Amino acid sequence: MESLIVIVVGVLYMTGIYLLLNRSILKIVLGISIISQGVNLMIFASAGMARFNSPIIGANEKVLDLANAVDPLPQALILTAIVISFGFLAYAIALLIKVRNTADTDDVDEVRFAE
Amino acid sequence: MTKALLFSPVLIPYFTATLCFVCHKMKRTQRVLVVSGALLHLAAAIALFVQVRGHGIIAHTAGDWSAPFGITLVADLLSAIMVLVSSIIFSATVVYALFSIGEEEEHFFYYPLMHTLILGISWAFLTGDLFNMYVSFEVMLISSFILLGLRGGRFQMEGSMKYFLVNLLSSIFFLTGLGILYGYAGTLNMADLSVKLATADPRVVTLISMIFFVAFGIKSALFPVFSWLPAAYHTPPAATSAIFAGLLTKVGVYALIRSYTLIFVAEVEFTHQIIVVIACLTMLTGVLGAYSQSDFRRILSFHIISQIGYMIWGLGMFTQLALAGSIFYLFHHIIVKSNLFFISGIVQNLHGSYKLDRLGYLFRNKLVLSMLFFIPAFSLAGFPPLSGFFAKFLLVKAGVDSGAYWAVIIALFVGLMTALSMTKIWGGAFLKLRNHPVEGHEPPGGAKGMMVSVAILATITVLIGIFSGPMFSLAYDAATQILDRSVYITAVLGGGA
Repeated sequence: MESLIVIVVGVLYMTGIYLLLNRSILKIVLGISIISQGVNLMIFASAGMARFNSPIIGANEKVLDLANAVDPLPQALILTAIVISFGFLAYAIALLIKVRNTADTDDVDEVRFAE
Repeated sequence: MTKALLFSPVLIPYFTATLCFVCHKMKRTQRVLVVSGALLHLAAAIALFVQVRGHGIIAHTAGDWSAPFGITLVADLLSAIMVLVSSIIFSATVVYALFSIGEEEEHFFYYPLMHTLILGISWAFLTGDLFNMYVSFEVMLISSFILLGLRGGRFQMEGSMKYFLVNLLSSIFFLTGLGILYGYAGTLNMADLSVKLATADPRVVTLISMIFFVAFGIKSALFPVFSWLPAAYHTPPAATSAIFAGLLTKVGVYALIRSYTLIFVAEVEFTHQIIVVIACLTMLTGVLGAYSQSDFRRILSFHIISQIGYMIWGLGMFTQLALAGSIFYLFHHIIVKSNLFFISGIVQNLHGSYKLDRLGYLFRNKLVLSMLFFIPAFSLAGFPPLSGFFAKFLLVKAGVDSGAYWAVIIALFVGLMTALSMTKIWGGAFLKLRNHPVEGHEPPGGAKGMMVSVAILATITVLIGIFSGPMFSLAYDAATQILDRSVYITAVLGGGA
């Protein structure tokens, strides 16, 4: 299971980096958002992947069965990361539209007035 | 009591920003709120600094969870110094902005965004947890993105696009590093990490540390990933670029200093050697870039890069004196650099341009402003007895002690070049008696009010120069504290760890 996730993470990074190397701003933004999905998946995998139980102390138990419970913290981290990357994606799209309207191009190399 | 003290630099801007968002239509109320929020933040920062200086490290976790589990805030001497200096800059910027920011920006949440920016910055300095540092970086970044693009012109759009894309990439590196680090060590609390990684395989630690080096390196504009900085910092209004120039890259430098003294110390001779080389390249490219520019703010932007090189050089040498030099350099530089951007804003206000060929006559017509420019500019260049001289002196002394003479030669050469390009601004904008003035430019007023911030910061620069002895012992104590990891770890994890 872990090796499968690792391959998926690798493919997501690869796709993202390929898009990042483009000159179109839209593709760069897409690339960044794909890589951030890859990051989330990787953090998820860092908790260890197996058929664990949820980390809840059952009705008849006194302590958490650590051997069979999954670490919940990475999922909390991912939740935060997803919210942040969603906000950034929204801002990126707004910025993209604004750049297209003011500069009349989608090509990063052509957006060159200030330098 | 200390808990309230520790959390207040984060909470005060949070509440001020919220209140400002609510009443952003009431102009006068908002202005009162903004200034009182900034002054409260300054008071809290001073109180925190006095407490930490007098009684040592303060550490608390939110919600009374015990240390590695809860969200930890720590203030050691380095954090307290950084919070204090950023608070000074923040207050000065707010006062400056009152006189220089247009109606439109004020209407579109300029002031609340400034407060969320300082919220992220103070939080980044105080947090004791790497994931929290990530979140605070994002708070800081999203505020800075919006502040940068607020005016919405072509230049601002271009600047914010480049700034946005590169910084987003650095966040991804940061998050990747966090994921791998958590998978390896099972914790993200910095003190806990320091304990756990001490017994880990040094090769793995070095590998992870390099991911963080790229992430923080982009944030602090190191060679070769600095190009977003000169592309963006000369586009927003002067008040915005002053606070960016003073504080944003320094948060990256702080993160580097913190992580490479506390967490990633497995193979010091390897990682810190890389830092020294990168530092020298950063110094050189920054200063050469600056010399080739002819725009007031672009010269200053490139100088930020070369000065970052000095601070990182101190970290790379990794001796007590070198780190003290870095810390001295940090607070000297933040104040001087913001001040120079403030002055560029006043010059633009008077002459309508940042281009050196359109400026001139300032020394003849504006003597006070010229004197106020002279202090930070030649402090930056390292002229005695101003603060920059002592900062450079400490680093060069540490460099000679460490025996890396090539780095010392580069640092001295860069200092000379800095002086040269400061002379370029001095000659081009102040002394020169011919120019191509901007047609029909009427100064919009407010320059006198803007001078208040400039004068305060220039006074601080002079004071740092005069009281360089106490300032040095402060930096030296901070360096001693960060080099002795056990003090920090005990303060966070308690005596049992």
